[in-house]
Amino acid sequence: MTSIYQVGAFWLISLAIIFAAIMVVASRQLVHMVLWLAVCFIAVASMYFLLDADYLALVQIMVYAGAVSIMMIFGVMLTQRPDLKECLLFNNQLKLATLVVIVVLALTGGLTYGARWFVSGATVPADTIAHIGTLLLSKYVIPFEVAAVLLLVALIGAIVLAKEVKPGARSRD
Amino acid sequence: MPALAISPTNFVLLASVLFAIGLFGALTRKNAIAVLMCIELMLNAVNINLIAFSRFVTPQLFTGQIFAIFVITVAAAEVGVGLAIIINIYRHRLSVNLDDFDWLKW
Repeated sequence: MTSIYQVGAFWLISLAIIFAAIMVVASRQLVHMVLWLAVCFIAVASMYFLLDADYLALVQIMVYAGAVSIMMIFGVMLTQRPDLKECLLFNNQLKLATLVVIVVLALTGGLTYGARWFVSGATVPADTIAHIGTLLLSKYVIPFEVAAVLLLVALIGAIVLAKEVKPGARSRD
Repeated sequence: MPALAISPTNFVLLASVLFAIGLFGALTRKNAIAVLMCIELMLNAVNINLIAFSRFVTPQLFTGQIFAIFVITVAAAEVGVGLAIIINIYRHRLSVNLDDFDWLKW
């Protein structure tokens, strides 16, 4: 990856991803958080395009920027209260969390700088969807089926958990 | 221009910065839905890593891309179930503040 366009695109998309992620963490309004999260997901999808993973980029846009963001909006709208804005943004573990994050960042950064990668000179085949589809139904068929069962279980579980409570069972607290 | 070339190091550093931002949010935000969003940021960082390694180390095998597909599947299931749990707790407690969720503390 040495072309000037690819290098420029990498730094531009990286800046967009990190700026959107910081805005997600720092926003006070939950709806603004979801909007910045969608921006971050789309920037990550363009990074996948840069990495020759066009199928993953489309899945990222559909699943994350489409479905997950909409579900987050639903969650925000169903739970938000008017007085939620005035309360503190962060809890009282700010110093400890900062310490943990700095340690994680130093550890990964230090290990990454010392690492040597076995970079292959080959290129990704042009039709990624055909290769991924063949692999998913041959070599990775069991994880594929397990993922299908997991999605079914999550679907039923979410319905059962969020089911409408009966009026008589409301006063449990 | 060899100094400007993009190597896996750049992608791993980008992913670790994104992971650190998500971790900071997940540890410090008070709202449960905000914590779920920060977990999504961390999962995206992992996916960037997987796809970068797939592109640079084994471009012909697609292992990283298939792992990323499974990570996206699990993340979608996690968001669905997590939001259902949060909405259910909100019905009982009228709160999404994580500091109020202390039933299991003793």
